[in-house]
Amino acid sequence: MVDGTENDIKPNGNYSSDNNLLIDCKNVDVFYGDKQALYNVSLGINEKEVTSLIGPSGCGKSTFLRCLNRMNDVIDSCSISGNIKINGEDIYNPHIDVVELRSRIGMVFQKPNPFPKSVFDNVAYGPRLHGKITDKDEMHHKVEASLVRAGLWDEIKDRLNEPGTSLSGGQQQRLCIARAIAVDPEIILMDEPCSALDPIATAKIEELIDELKTNYTIVIVTHSMQQAARVSQRTAFFHLGNLIEVGDTENIFRSPENEQTEAYVTGRYG
Amino acid sequence: MPNYHGLFVILSSLLPCIIFLIVFISIDGFIKGVIIQNHLPNSLILLGQEEVDFSVSILRNNIHNLQSILSLEILSTDSANSLYNYYFFYRAGFLTLTICITTFLAYLAGKKLNVRFDARRNVEKILKFIFFVFSIVAVLTTFGIILSLIFETVRFFSQVSFSEFLFGIHWSPQTAIREGQVGSSGSFGAIPIFTGTLLITAISMLIAVPLGLYSAIYLSQYARPKVRNYFKPILEILAGIPTVVYGFFAALSVGPFIRSTGESLGLTVSTESALAAGLVMGIMIIPYVSSLSDDVMTAVPESLRDGSLALGATKSETIRKVIFPAALPGIVGAILLAISRAIGETMIVVMAAGLAANLTANPLSAVTTVTVQIVTLLVGDQEFDSPKTLAAFALGLVLFFITLALNILAMVTVRKYRERYE
Ligand SMILES: Nc1ncnc2c1ncn2[C@@H]1O[C@H](COP(=O)(O)OP(=O)(O)OP(=O)(O)O)[C@@H](O)[C@H]1O
Ligand SMILES: [Mg+2]
Repeated sequence: MVDGTENDIKPNGNYSSDNNLLIDCKNVDVFYGDKQALYNVSLGINEKEVTSLIGPSGCGKSTFLRCLNRMNDVIDSCSISGNIKINGEDIYNPHIDVVELRSRIGMVFQKPNPFPKSVFDNVAYGPRLHGKITDKDEMHHKVEASLVRAGLWDEIKDRLNEPGTSLSGGQQQRLCIARAIAVDPEIILMDEPCSALDPIATAKIEELIDELKTNYTIVIVTHSMQQAARVSQRTAFFHLGNLIEVGDTENIFRSPENEQTEAYVTGRYG
Repeated sequence: MPNYHGLFVILSSLLPCIIFLIVFISIDGFIKGVIIQNHLPNSLILLGQEEVDFSVSILRNNIHNLQSILSLEILSTDSANSLYNYYFFYRAGFLTLTICITTFLAYLAGKKLNVRFDARRNVEKILKFIFFVFSIVAVLTTFGIILSLIFETVRFFSQVSFSEFLFGIHWSPQTAIREGQVGSSGSFGAIPIFTGTLLITAISMLIAVPLGLYSAIYLSQYARPKVRNYFKPILEILAGIPTVVYGFFAALSVGPFIRSTGESLGLTVSTESALAAGLVMGIMIIPYVSSLSDDVMTAVPESLRDGSLALGATKSETIRKVIFPAALPGIVGAILLAISRAIGETMIVVMAAGLAANLTANPLSAVTTVTVQIVTLLVGDQEFDSPKTLAAFALGLVLFFITLALNILAMVTVRKYRERYE
């Protein structure tokens, strides 16, 4: 898909070449005002794989994630340089339609943030917005399909008219995932999606992520090593705004090349 | 805690002293009256109670100065001197008494103090008492006002029938006080003045709601923080301009402008028109809508906005479909508060909309409002128990209930909104 770039995006020589490169970031610097949050990050993300971003708090994981769907544009003080291509298309090209870009990249946030609308309207929000579905029955199918994918349908199929905010935390988070799926994105970005959830809800979401990766490319930020190990195929370790190491999850956890990575994944960080 | 000890002494001596002063001031007039009456010459007392009361009251106002007592020429020089001396001793005695009480209490409080004494907790108790008294004063005043409104309204309805007031369409209270006609009431149909209020309020809301709301949306969603910090206070200045200034702006600029525009279009417009008053009032009310709406829209959690943007919504779609609905209860509250402000506004209407109680929906004609009628009913000399005067209380009571209902509605909606995000 992207030709001849594989060598450039192997900061640590850990790039697995079995899969197609979907997102290709090169030399990304991010500043909040004068303060630099990311230093020359180059990272490739494969199609239909789960890539997890790990690292201590404040190291720039969320910042990096938000670069991928240009949510950093919302923050006035934030400026980005470098090159991020998705499917070979530079997403920071001034001619790109940011709204269209975001409709191709779903995002799930740390805290569940359902709109204060009914469950149905929450899921139907995106499809309605993009005018893809106008037929009522079709919309119903879409909502049902999205909720089924998010593993929520059986639990709340009788509660579609209740406000989304009345669900439990774990249900709310899955509702947000359903909401993101409903716009048929290629990529789903998740920023600590389980940090507000209990172990059972977390297990459900992890299961869901595992299923979703057959259709979607997923990038997930997590503070839990176990979670990264369980759900992701590749792992990237960030530290103080630098990408320290990236590679197959197994390698990162079993035999990291970098000392800092090793210290972090074995819990000796700090 | 030495400062708490000090505070305790001050509070426990000054507080009773202040209470003593208040009691004293309320009986001061009576004591003076007694002293003065004892000095009045018999010849005056024989003239009758009215004469006595009159002399007492003017003497009371001049008692502070011997010269002015003499210049009244009611008392002989001797008794004037004696009165003044009495007054002087009474004053001095009172002052000494106050100082004594205060010192004594301070002494008692001081004696109570020792290292063990928990001045901090005692100060707390005293302060709690003070705050309680102040809040009671506020509450009692409110109840007093409401009660007097109700009381006078009941008197009004003993003279004018209830249904005439509420459903009558003719308002001309002036005839009621014509000489020789006392008791035969004028026309007290309140419908025209309530429709006038409604008309002007509606016009002003037509101005204030869109302008206020759009500026709130701009300020809370589009403006950069720097712009917002300058814009918001400037907008709020609108609420701080005295209404009389708006009034002459409405009467001298807007009114004539509307009239000349109307005439060039072939319409008959009076200089005083509901439109002029409503327009200017609408401008005055903009900050009531914008400021609160801005606050509630800013309070909509960032995460909702981000959630919508991340789904590929544009900014205006996000505002329309997520932020605005989420903030709607708060915005409704803001609008209700603005309405009750518009209903209560008087000065602009007096100056720009006139006094004629026309029953009309035509914004180009002169109308009047409830508050304006209350003012005109009470201005000038009249007996306190004529229906004309009492009508003001009835109008006031109705107005009170309307704004009260609006405010409660506003409060309830705003509160509902708060619960949703906390
Ligand atoms: N809106 C912002 N304005 C200014 N600085 C910011 C902003 N957001 C993040 N930063 C700074 O950028 C750096 C990286 O932040 P980021 O949120 O990406 O960290 P993170 O790795 O996601 O941390 P955590 O694990 O705690 O979520 C931090 O030093 C943070 O203080
Ligand atoms: Mg983060």
